[in-house]
Amino acid sequence: MALWFSLFAVVILTFVVFMGVEMGKLQVLFGVIIPYAALAIFIVGVISRVLRWARSPVPFRITTTCGQQKSLPWIKSNNIESPHNTMGVIVRMALEVLLFRSLFRNTKVELRNDPRLVYGGAKWLWLAGLAFHWSFLVILIRHLRFFTEPVPRLVGLFAGIDGVFEIGVPALYISGLIMLVSVTYLFLRRVFIPQVRYISLAADYFPLFLIIGVGLSGLLMRHFFKVDLLKVKELVMGLVSFHPVVPTGIGIPFYIHLFLVSVLLVYFPFSKLMHLTGVFFSPTRNLANNNRVKRHINPWDYPVKVHTYEEYEDEFRDRMKEAGIPVEKE
Amino acid sequence: MSSSELPSSSELSNIPEPDEFMRVVHKPPRKGWMDTPVEFKRGTYCFPGKAKNLKILDMPNPREWSPTDEDWKLPENWKEIIREGFKDRLEKYRSFKLFMDICVRCGACADKCHFFIGSGDPKNMPVLRAELLRSVYRNDFTTAGKLLGRLAGARELTEDVIKEWFYYFYQCTECRRCSVFCPYGIDTAEITMMGRELLHLLGLGINWAMEPVANCFRTGNHLGIRPHGFKDTLEFFADDIENVTGIRIDVPLNKKGAEILFVVPSGDYFGDPGTYTCMGYMMLFHELGIDYTWSTYASEGGNFGLFTSHEMIKRLNAKIYTEAKRLGVKWILGGECGHMWRVMHQYMDTMNGPADFLEEPVSPITGTKFENAKSTKMVHIMEFTADLIRHNKLRLDLGRNDDLIVTFHDSCNPARAMGIFEEPRYVIRNVCNHFYDMPEGTIREQTFCCGGGAGLGTDENLDMRLRGGFPRGNAVRYVQEKYGVNRLACMCAIDRATLIPLCDYWAPGVLVTGIHEMVANALIMKGEKERTINLRGEPLPGSKNQSSVVSHRNWRQADRRLETGREGE
Ligand code: SF4
Ligand code: SF4
Repeated sequence: MALWFSLFAVVILTFVVFMGVEMGKLQVLFGVIIPYAALAIFIVGVISRVLRWARSPVPFRITTTCGQQKSLPWIKSNNIESPHNTMGVIVRMALEVLLFRSLFRNTKVELRNDPRLVYGGAKWLWLAGLAFHWSFLVILIRHLRFFTEPVPRLVGLFAGIDGVFEIGVPALYISGLIMLVSVTYLFLRRVFIPQVRYISLAADYFPLFLIIGVGLSGLLMRHFFKVDLLKVKELVMGLVSFHPVVPTGIGIPFYIHLFLVSVLLVYFPFSKLMHLTGVFFSPTRNLANNNRVKRHINPWDYPVKVHTYEEYEDEFRDRMKEAGIPVEKE
Repeated sequence: MSSSELPSSSELSNIPEPDEFMRVVHKPPRKGWMDTPVEFKRGTYCFPGKAKNLKILDMPNPREWSPTDEDWKLPENWKEIIREGFKDRLEKYRSFKLFMDICVRCGACADKCHFFIGSGDPKNMPVLRAELLRSVYRNDFTTAGKLLGRLAGARELTEDVIKEWFYYFYQCTECRRCSVFCPYGIDTAEITMMGRELLHLLGLGINWAMEPVANCFRTGNHLGIRPHGFKDTLEFFADDIENVTGIRIDVPLNKKGAEILFVVPSGDYFGDPGTYTCMGYMMLFHELGIDYTWSTYASEGGNFGLFTSHEMIKRLNAKIYTEAKRLGVKWILGGECGHMWRVMHQYMDTMNGPADFLEEPVSPITGTKFENAKSTKMVHIMEFTADLIRHNKLRLDLGRNDDLIVTFHDSCNPARAMGIFEEPRYVIRNVCNHFYDMPEGTIREQTFCCGGGAGLGTDENLDMRLRGGFPRGNAVRYVQEKYGVNRLACMCAIDRATLIPLCDYWAPGVLVTGIHEMVANALIMKGEKERTINLRGEPLPGSKNQSSVVSHRNWRQADRRLETGREGE
């Protein structure tokens, strides 16, 4: 149900652009107004969400330690899995963000009959996740050549390496392929692993379909419909320089691509996609395990009702004296 | 409460044989989880907090009720209370707000939870446990949820949702294993803690947590042992030690001006086998001539406030520093406990510090500065003893532990909230000859819970405990078959209670021990008589005089002795 709804939603969105551009000649709407609005919503949305997190303090230092603490000098501590200083935290976070360290630990447990548990490695999720995110990043960087004039050498180099296999004309980008394969895997595991299907919401399928849609439309316009890339660049440069122009004759696939990207941008700040920025804020990962070395302050700390020693002694004084336990008041 | 510290045989006998018990399907049902109402099955939930305990603590809505009742007698404006409480906590805890927002439902945490592995109940997947709260969060606090409702995974707060929360937040031992695997570090324990806090606003808690909390508040310890009872107990241990070693040792109590305040979980002096570990500490300190003191007021290091609310942690923990100040000690040493150390390590200084009236801890024997505890001023006994052994300050006869083939259970809290892995292993290796770790993936940061932490270690919950304990039991069984392991060492008082039925059921023949029990058995004390029995009163391996079993106590006898100073039920 959630799956079909999400698929349907993406199909409708595609249909909307198609009708709008083809029938309604709304190139300006889809080529200029919506992208601008989407970007604005994205930026404002992301910032305000991050600020909302930032507004809530971190009252306690609740690091999850995944390695030996630093204690006695002759015991080898693990400054990455249980960082005791900022350097360790930075490395831990870098591994987390760039290599998905925690996901790499993933295991799979199987219950055998006698009964017995058997553990196996389960690296596919990690691999697919990593492949997906990295290829996405490469694709983003590659796209910079539409946003810059002259194109920085580095970006050109990137695109060159990415298309190195020179399959087809224009060259097929490896990153695009990897992204589509990995995102398809992520989708299929959601459908075929019963537990994951059980927990999946429309909010999980929708971004997947959206990204698949973005990827497919990109692939189609590059390799099959051969959209005029010079005109695309003209439009994009117009947007970037705030002098929007809408060249005629850019094919529909481009508008579909652009619109789905816009939807993704709008959707982003209101969804789980915020994990992109959220991961940096995670208190179990971004705090050092130096709890007993350095006092952590809770900004909203307040006094609580305690049972004082005096109250305690008042209640038990006679018994304490009888038992020969020293007391404050005789 | 005392009689349920160890499960009665009748409870165990209700549990079918392992192969039948574990006929568990991990495949979720067809029907979506939002359409599957909670069902309170016998053996899988804990009894509710008694009104008298709630009253002692000034907690809301004290009354008698049962989870199986139709009407839970919630306050009239319960929805508003939850909404306000939710909002308040979102504003106070970044962790909570963030964890509500960024889960991608990748499912990596799903089969990491011992309760899911052992029960197959999909709502015991950490991600779904969190979704129980998240669904309400989306409904009440997010745009998408307000607009799209169920499509966005939002659902309205109803009494059935509250019942579900109660059931599943008390089927989480806050062990944090899931958080090790989550790519964003989402800690479902943190979410469970928030969930429990919200439930408490409506007067919904479990008695196995609330009774200890109420006791602890008043008498200083979970078991309600009063000062004279505490003294009797320790004296009684001194008798036993004398029987074994021929040495009479002192029990310093509430002694002003001592160098060190020593704090243990009350389980250590209440029930076997914790008692042997307690004797172990006493023998160690006596042998080294350490100037320390026990406190009857701070007679509990454990803190079931951790399983109740952040405020309750602080209320119960406050006595540690105030007592250290009153007695004028220099620093604090803490015994073998699990959740106690989560509190001491991650909360105490923030909540009740700064402990600027104390000094940075230095070992009086080796001169080692415990730099890692220089702000909190509290040292873990395992750090302390490892340092002693490293500096050759203990004379140890490992042969006395030769009948033990030992494995070690990393307790969740010291493992995932402190990262204390090597110290206990170092000590164990130096006091016994046969030590084998359980397999990778079941130890250290990936250790499995005993199934009875976070206040769930009660008998009426035995079915669920044994299910949750299955991954641990399975790993113990593995080293038992492979290396002949017969002793499961742990440094946690809850473990020393819950691992016993766990082993009886999953790995019969394996007994449970604290680490300082092994230390003390190996410790050669100045002026001791030739030892023929260990602290349990069993003959030492190779001992000539096998018949000299003098003081074999079982825990029920200990229990009777404690009656003198414990609150009646
Ligand atoms: S591992 Fe983390 S992100 Fe993945 S489902 Fe579990 S809590 Fe969510
Ligand atoms: S904290 Fe432990 S018990 Fe709770 S959901 Fe996570 S793995 Fe399960």
